[in-house]
Amino acid sequence: MSLDFSTTIPIDSVGVEERVARFNTRSIKKESKNFALRLALSMVDLTTLEGMDSPGKVRQLCRKAVNPLPGRDDIPRVGAVCVYPNFVAIAKKELLGTGVNVASVATAFPSGHATLESKIEEVKFCVSEGADEIDMVISRGRFLQGEYNFTFDEVAAIKDACGPAHLKVILETGELHTLENVRKASDISMAAGADFIKTSTGKVTPSATQPVTLVMLEAIRDHYYATGKKIGMKPAGGIRDSKTALRYLVMVKETLGADWLNPHLFRFGASVLANDLLMQIIKLETGVYGSADYYSKD
Amino acid sequence: MKTLEKTSSGLRLDFNGVWGYDAAPEDTGHVTIAAQYELFIGGNFVPPVSGNYFPSVNPANEQTLSMIAEAGAADVDKAVSAARVAFETWSKLPGSERGKYLFRIARLIQERAREFAIIESLDGGKPIRESRDVDVPLVAAHFFYYAGWADKLEYAFPGRSPKPIGVAGQIIPWNFPLLMAAWKIAPALAAGNTVVLKPAEATSITAMKLAELFRDAGLPAGVVNIVTGAGATGAAIVNHPGIDKIAFTGSTTVGKRIMSTLAGTSKRYTLELGGKGANIIFEDAPLDQAVEGIVNAIFFNQGHVCCAGSRLFVQEGIADRVVQKLKDRLETLIVGDPLDKNTDVGAINSKMQYDKIQEYLKIGLEEGAEMYQAPCELPSKGYWCKPTLFTNVAQSSRIVQEEIFGPVLTIQTFRTPEEAIEKANNTPYGLSAGVWTDKGSKIFKMTGKLRAGVIWANTFNKFDATSPFGGYKESGVGREGGLHGLYPYVKF
Repeated sequence: MSLDFSTTIPIDSVGVEERVARFNTRSIKKESKNFALRLALSMVDLTTLEGMDSPGKVRQLCRKAVNPLPGRDDIPRVGAVCVYPNFVAIAKKELLGTGVNVASVATAFPSGHATLESKIEEVKFCVSEGADEIDMVISRGRFLQGEYNFTFDEVAAIKDACGPAHLKVILETGELHTLENVRKASDISMAAGADFIKTSTGKVTPSATQPVTLVMLEAIRDHYYATGKKIGMKPAGGIRDSKTALRYLVMVKETLGADWLNPHLFRFGASVLANDLLMQIIKLETGVYGSADYYSKD
Repeated sequence: MKTLEKTSSGLRLDFNGVWGYDAAPEDTGHVTIAAQYELFIGGNFVPPVSGNYFPSVNPANEQTLSMIAEAGAADVDKAVSAARVAFETWSKLPGSERGKYLFRIARLIQERAREFAIIESLDGGKPIRESRDVDVPLVAAHFFYYAGWADKLEYAFPGRSPKPIGVAGQIIPWNFPLLMAAWKIAPALAAGNTVVLKPAEATSITAMKLAELFRDAGLPAGVVNIVTGAGATGAAIVNHPGIDKIAFTGSTTVGKRIMSTLAGTSKRYTLELGGKGANIIFEDAPLDQAVEGIVNAIFFNQGHVCCAGSRLFVQEGIADRVVQKLKDRLETLIVGDPLDKNTDVGAINSKMQYDKIQEYLKIGLEEGAEMYQAPCELPSKGYWCKPTLFTNVAQSSRIVQEEIFGPVLTIQTFRTPEEAIEKANNTPYGLSAGVWTDKGSKIFKMTGKLRAGVIWANTFNKFDATSPFGGYKESGVGREGGLHGLYPYVKF
């Protein structure tokens, strides 16, 4: 595999949007829908990343993650809970032994403006507090300046600091603007050791979109063809309802296949999505939509 | 950035297991198909003189959908007479009045779009996704487009005074039954002509539904007459002295026969015939989008498309990777029930076409080509063909030279743009071509030298009512669609 990032892989945005439109014509009904809703729920990274977050809020979220619908053990738990570094220990205590991972954003999330030393220190802190997964941001300014080697070195250094923790690399595609940039940032991140590539922080508009996600899935596919390594994908932000989530799953299924249809290789970075998935699962069972008040707002 | 080696790793993806889509069949409860269809002559539905009917078969399950009247020479004669009588008044209507009828037809088609789409898929085997999202919307678009021209003909031909020609005999194929009817009827009527139309014998039902719609729209009797039947009925139209113009879409063999029949007569003609489109992928192309383009070029409508990109040319350095991607993509194509909303590739249109495609698969193997077929399961009843790739083919191979008209793609490589142009043009056909590259100047260099009537850049099989369509060489004579599509229906 070549590490020459100076040339650009062409992406035709019209073609990408056409492909997305085609995915969106897939009709998901009955048992196939029920399966997909449950699968999507198991892939959610329940996320709280607000200035006003508190230990109590994080604990609430963890309870929800383990048992999204109390009284219903057949409903799957979510993939992970995603918090700021100072809440990792609290989340870890709540989630220990439940099978739900603790993910922490790190590396001066969301801007990424900090020294590499402090980023490495932050990541090591998160891991020592018990984070299973680290969601880092790349330095978009340096990337857009064309300093691709900087981006590579940065990801590689953070991967090194992660130790046993899984590394998700946030490209913040809303700031990269072109699909070619998205592709390039994906390729650099995967080459530098990312376990997952992730679209967005959720703090920039637009966050995850289907065209961007498709380009990243195709980058993952090419990486697999070239190296045999399976890299995970996490669209984050903006996926608020089940219909949209299912459309993402269709993209994964038809771009990367069955191996990626599990929480080990695909996640949704979302919070309100979980309740809509629950509501749709119950709707399939009962035939009616319950009030939103039946689902806890965490 | 070269993150991939030149050669393919051979790694493949797994598209089976864990999650499949449940059947999502389109509801057909609101659709009625009569047990028998008559001829539409002079505004009435009349039985054929001979009393003969032939079955129209659903190719997805081999069941007869309806019995269709077989028009003989006497019926064609009645239809032409009705069209001649109607011409006297229709041609003298103000253009704005003719436009009103066409706009009304277009709106009625939109209102009944779902019904038309379902019957098109039932009778022709094409996926409902295509008949719903491509065929029927384009049918309405063609009527809307030419409705707009009806009262503006003098602006279409500035400084000249366009007059209608008379009665147009129009013979259409089975691959896009409704759309081809629209391509032919809309410009003819807009320009003030009247029509005798013959649908293909395998796909007459939507044409008869269209006749009902014309009647509902209040279109004056005899302006459009529809006579159903096979080749003999078509020949009766071509030979009829009361016909002023022939518009034919179909095979090159029949097109040649029509051309020689009409030689020396005063009848005008346009012919849309076969094709063997070259789809050329350069190494600087957006590859994942190009793979979609390859799929769309050859598997759209089961490859029953005269402008299909049936010959793939890939630059040598990326050939292995493109084939690897293409094989994985083929696994995700859903082949089956045309009425299922998730179906990508439907049924082969008829037994006759099925046999022809099977024959070509045999020829390909005998010629030493390597065949790859999508590993899908096919329904036990009906006519089906797995999406098929042939590699290791030669320019001289019959499967490269001859139009198969099925979901069968031949793959060749090239090293330079000159070589691609030479191979692409080395065919008796010249209907369509595609060029895939990120480099704009290369697109223009290629399109200037390719001998084809329609050339797409970084896309394929895109149609628009405003755009002319037609072929070079044995792919045809004349243009349909757009302003160019009016020319064959006016005289000065």
